[in-house]
Amino acid sequence: MGAVSTQIRRILRELGVEPEVVRRVGIICFEGETNIAIFTKGGRITLMVWDDRVELFFADNGPGIEDLELVRRPGYSTAPDWARELGFGAGMGIPNMEKNADTFVLRSRPGKGTAIRATVWRKGNERQGSSAGPGA
Amino acid sequence: MKLREVAEVTQAEVLTGRELLEREVDKGCGADLLSDVLSVVEENFLLVTGMVTLQAVRVAEVMNAAAVLIVRGKRPLEPVIAYAEEAGIPLLATQKGMFETCGLLYSRGLRPTRFRRVSEYAG
Repeated sequence: MGAVSTQIRRILRELGVEPEVVRRVGIICFEGETNIAIFTKGGRITLMVWDDRVELFFADNGPGIEDLELVRRPGYSTAPDWARELGFGAGMGIPNMEKNADTFVLRSRPGKGTAIRATVWRKGNERQGSSAGPGA
Repeated sequence: MKLREVAEVTQAEVLTGRELLEREVDKGCGADLLSDVLSVVEENFLLVTGMVTLQAVRVAEVMNAAAVLIVRGKRPLEPVIAYAEEAGIPLLATQKGMFETCGLLYSRGLRPTRFRRVSEYAG
């Protein structure tokens, strides 16, 4: 866990992607690959770097997610003990991915697998969910 | 404070990153739960942890942490130290426990990192 995200971080830095974007993509990837490592027999992570955005795709043929609302609730987890002993599986993964992404799409079919697309915009403040308050 | 001072205050051994001890840190995060570390919203902090796994170093790397301070006399395996060295993450190790370590550093001016808020519970 963390091998892909650290590698992706290096690639993005070499490409000159903005440090804040690198950090957010790194966190999203760490959470995503941890989920794949904990819950599935393997999956695919695709990184796409554009002029205006960075996208991460996660796809696996794992058990899928039974209740999509529940996994978005902080603290909800079905992770096994070994994952928790390593300091993961605390039920913060999907909420943290969602919060670091500007757009976050999760599709899952129980017994079939899960696919996630997370996008981080490179220019301007186009963060979803960050309400433009006074002076913003 | 400089990492060198962090090492002095906590009587820590420097396992790797001796050349980076002039690095400044003003914030710290004490956690064994790496999921919590992944929700820190600041950079360049000192990660104080009881975890000696490769994952702990990788989390520090992705989060742009300044260094990792391992508590309670634990020592990571050689490959973990080698990885930290390559990644440019100084590794320090103290015999002191988490509570004492954090208390000492706080009393010397190190302040907590902010976390991404997860719920309205407990204010």
